[in-house]
Amino acid sequence: MSTLTEAPPPLSPTAPEHKPPRKRGRLVPYWLLLPGILWLLVFFALPMIYQASTSVQTGSLEEGYKVTWHLATYWDALSAYWPQFLRSVLYAGAATILCLALGYPLAYLIAFRAGRWRNLIMILVIAPFFTSFLIRTLAWKTILADGGPVVGALNTLHVLDVTSWLGWTSGDRVLATPLAVVCGLTYNFLPFMILPLYSSLERIDSRLHEAAGDLYAKPWTTFRKVTFPLSMPGVVSGTLLTFIPAAGDYVNAELLGSTDTRMIGNVIQTQFLRILDYPTAAALSFILMAGILLMVTLYIRKSGTEDLV
Amino acid sequence: MPFVNWLKRHLVVIAGLVTLGYLLLPNVVVTVFSFNKPKGRFNYTWQQFSTDAWKDPCGVADMCGSLSISLQIAFWATVGATVLGTMIAFALVRYRFRARGTVNSLIFLPMAMPEVVMAASLLTLFLNLGAQLGFWTILIAHIMFCLSFVVVAVKARVMSMDPRLEEAARDLYASPTQTFLRVTLPIAAPGIAAGALLSFALSFDDFIITNFNAGSTVTFPMFVWGSAQRGTPVQINVIGTAMFLVAVLLVLASMVVGNRRNRQKA
Repeated sequence: MSTLTEAPPPLSPTAPEHKPPRKRGRLVPYWLLLPGILWLLVFFALPMIYQASTSVQTGSLEEGYKVTWHLATYWDALSAYWPQFLRSVLYAGAATILCLALGYPLAYLIAFRAGRWRNLIMILVIAPFFTSFLIRTLAWKTILADGGPVVGALNTLHVLDVTSWLGWTSGDRVLATPLAVVCGLTYNFLPFMILPLYSSLERIDSRLHEAAGDLYAKPWTTFRKVTFPLSMPGVVSGTLLTFIPAAGDYVNAELLGSTDTRMIGNVIQTQFLRILDYPTAAALSFILMAGILLMVTLYIRKSGTEDLV
Repeated sequence: MPFVNWLKRHLVVIAGLVTLGYLLLPNVVVTVFSFNKPKGRFNYTWQQFSTDAWKDPCGVADMCGSLSISLQIAFWATVGATVLGTMIAFALVRYRFRARGTVNSLIFLPMAMPEVVMAASLLTLFLNLGAQLGFWTILIAHIMFCLSFVVVAVKARVMSMDPRLEEAARDLYASPTQTFLRVTLPIAAPGIAAGALLSFALSFDDFIITNFNAGSTVTFPMFVWGSAQRGTPVQINVIGTAMFLVAVLLVLASMVVGNRRNRQKA
């Protein structure tokens, strides 16, 4: 399966050379690309340009909008909604860390310890995808309901006292607090962490573990020095796959949170669909995009080197 | 301390199973509450066991209509994205040409973009063009965001394919069409199937992009969203449970078929 990087060895010294591609064949890749790329250009790239132009327009819905290069929209949007931006980064960051902490043991379990249960556990990780995520998110309302078993248990263990003191919950409620939103985000994006982690763990040669053991490494040392560094590609793609959608999400904040937990996605949605202030909505959406692209670029650059390990 | 030692040895297994429980808990709740007989509009507290909702899954106004719209959109989005995505994947793996890097980034970007940004930008396009929002704008959007996932799935499969198999076919005087239909396509099929399955699931479940570009068309996720404010009918839990069961059964069936085929080959 390693034809990815290595050229296949020549079959025999007399194996025929590759024929140069015929003239007619040279256009084939372009014909293959044309419809799909056109689709992406018209319905992905072009909309971004339209959005950019909308963000520098002024006017109103009744009188129409004109491009006036009113860049102050960006500044106004940022100064009005920076708490929601900050909250999005904090919630998505917390959810990403929780996903990594929860997802790693499960991915490790499937890759190394599951044995004949491996396929079954895989199915159980993927199958919930097929129940609409909105239905499953609504189920968290039942699970975290006021006076329900989960809240009761947390109360008995005095966990809620601590979390309320930290500002994560309020009183003996979990619903409509930051904790509920982060719990929902973690839940919704957990599979996006587990699958890349699993695929990079599964590729690790088990002889490396044996070698570490032969060299008298304790299990924890083996994990720290061998397994975890080798799983870094999975960690990087898993954290990106959870952080990016979580930062733009508004479903969890809307269903499980309150007005105090609104994220930037909620603001963009309200501005676009209810208030119909298109320039502000477009500017907010551009700031979100630029912020995420910047963070992702920095993160990839940082993790591409050995610094992170 | 035998217990502490036991705990230490099985720590990974225990932690992994706790996560699995966290992942499955909502599905358990959805299933249990599909047998509830709620008082009032909201189905959030357990009242009484009942199979009413299972006997009459379409008993709620508009729900099955929205389900049918979602299935149609998911079907056509899958067809569109799979065809376009497979073509792109073959072009990227099989040919060297200029602009490969640009094409690769254009494929990657939709997957790295928060959904709400794509949703909002598409809406500005449609508003500017004066397009009527509805079935077609949803379908266009779904094909757009499923496309990249198909490309990635098919590319992975075609890349790991031994090019000597196709050379062998050519050496045995197979025409390019024959080579493609009888060698290349069957080998790429699992990748194409994975891409198609992913497209279907993504399209069927999409809420954010649909919410922006649906106009007055109501897909199933939008029906569920609306019901969260108006009161959730038990039938929603029935559909959720049924979808989970169908998915598990389909995967189990495909595994049984796969095993049998492998045994025949051996």
